[in-house]
Amino acid sequence: MASEAVPERSGRAAEVAHGLRAYGLIVRMWIRSTLAYRTSFVLMALGNFAASALDFVAIVLMFSQIDALGGFTLPEVAFLYGTATLSLGLADLLLGSMDRLGSRVRDGTLDTLLLRPVPVFAQVAADRFALRRLGRIGQALLVLGWSVTRLDVDWTAGRVLLAVVTALSGAAIFAAVFTAGAAFQFWAQDAAEVQNSFTYGGTTMLQYPPTVFAKDLVRGVTFLVPLAFVNWLPALRLMGRPDPLGLPGWADFLGPAVAALMCAGAGLAWRHGLRAYRSTGS
Amino acid sequence: MWYTAVAAGSFRRYATYRIATAAGVFTNTVFGFVIAYTYLALWAERPHLGGYDRAQALTFVWTAQALLAASALLFGGGLDELQTRIRSGDIAVDLYRPADLQLWWLAADLGRAGFQLIGRGVAPMAVGALFFPLDLPADPATWLLFLLSVALGVVVSFALRYLVSLASFWLLDGAGLALIAGLACMFFSGMVLPLRAFPGSLGEVAQLLPWAAILQVPTDVLIGARSGASLLRGLAFQAAWGVALLALGRLVQAAATRKVVVQGG
Repeated sequence: MASEAVPERSGRAAEVAHGLRAYGLIVRMWIRSTLAYRTSFVLMALGNFAASALDFVAIVLMFSQIDALGGFTLPEVAFLYGTATLSLGLADLLLGSMDRLGSRVRDGTLDTLLLRPVPVFAQVAADRFALRRLGRIGQALLVLGWSVTRLDVDWTAGRVLLAVVTALSGAAIFAAVFTAGAAFQFWAQDAAEVQNSFTYGGTTMLQYPPTVFAKDLVRGVTFLVPLAFVNWLPALRLMGRPDPLGLPGWADFLGPAVAALMCAGAGLAWRHGLRAYRSTGS
Repeated sequence: MWYTAVAAGSFRRYATYRIATAAGVFTNTVFGFVIAYTYLALWAERPHLGGYDRAQALTFVWTAQALLAASALLFGGGLDELQTRIRSGDIAVDLYRPADLQLWWLAADLGRAGFQLIGRGVAPMAVGALFFPLDLPADPATWLLFLLSVALGVVVSFALRYLVSLASFWLLDGAGLALIAGLACMFFSGMVLPLRAFPGSLGEVAQLLPWAAILQVPTDVLIGARSGASLLRGLAFQAAWGVALLALGRLVQAAATRKVVVQGG
């Protein structure tokens, strides 16, 4: 029976552990089903790799005509590209299927998820878990690795730690955006594309140096939708570049704090959306 | 003719997806801003890259965003429904209807494109014109020629997507092919970078491929990079690819309906 899957009400920690365990089980199920068709999986992963690489091809094509873009060299832009894409790729792998929530609301299949003794968030997040999204992560790591060998940066332990923490907190920031976007779909079911502006559109922006964009736009992604903390601020520090807004130095280390705040906010939005959900039809 | 009714019905159908349209406009606009600034930086380093000045390059960005949905530059555009019908076997019902399969879907696609040109195209272009110095033509004749060129581009785009969908008669899972076709379209249409700004012979070859008819030629008409004889050559180029690809589609369709047994048949 499912009794062992129901959490003992011993508090939040047990609930979270239960949710994570359920997430892991559903993910494992999808991975098993994906790997049943190995050729198809390899092809789709390669496709994911190529789709992600297209953005970098655009950058390489640009640099075939110029030496610097906004005062940044190709390895520097590649570093920005790699960090932004890696963070997006990680969040996309873990939560990327959440944009299907709108269609689940529309066709009523969300109700099935509400009946199961597993947190809805874990079910929606793990729904159709797409292992092929490793393609984007692999592509990002390749570009990142190449840029690191070309950059003139002294990789001390502190700098390596900052880079790793940046990638993870950047992924958490994008995860919050995916969650908030899904929560928004409880109300606007057809609006799945809006979150693409912040995830894919935001990543495209972060792949280029901030000097390229108008100050107001940079202010917007620093203070309004704080995507600048995904990679811009820490990456500029690592490359020894000043940030165009002239923020105090400690702002470069705010990534984890911003990520925590955004995740908390997205969590609240999700709870609110789920509670307000009144199913489909009359 | 009933194909007009199909086109009108398709137009109305897409007009009912109001929230999705608004969401798409928002996303096109955000991408327009981001890409416009990267092009500004590129053209600051290399003024007159590809023969475009700054205003022309910016207009290219916003035209691409305005045509993204209408010309199906990411290769969606509703033909995945045809693919689903082929896979499920519902296509058998379509085939014994007294209407031509290709013309039916072409009519539906033109109706869709007509709505998306208005619903998804006008607003991003207007926002772009508000915030950036665009190079938009003043005389209505150029706009009409632009619309004609866009229509030809949609036909080429349809013909390519139709071919990809028909492959589902032979492939069990068309997802891989659709993905590759979509990537090719993004790259060779000029969506990633205007084809004229491609380095060397890559740019010359890319401008001969069918994808150039979808975005590059219409945009060149709009920003005045093609006029006179060059404009006529552009339109002829689009029409030639349209006719050739539609003819190829008919051949494949004939082979598919003659030799292939639909699922479960």
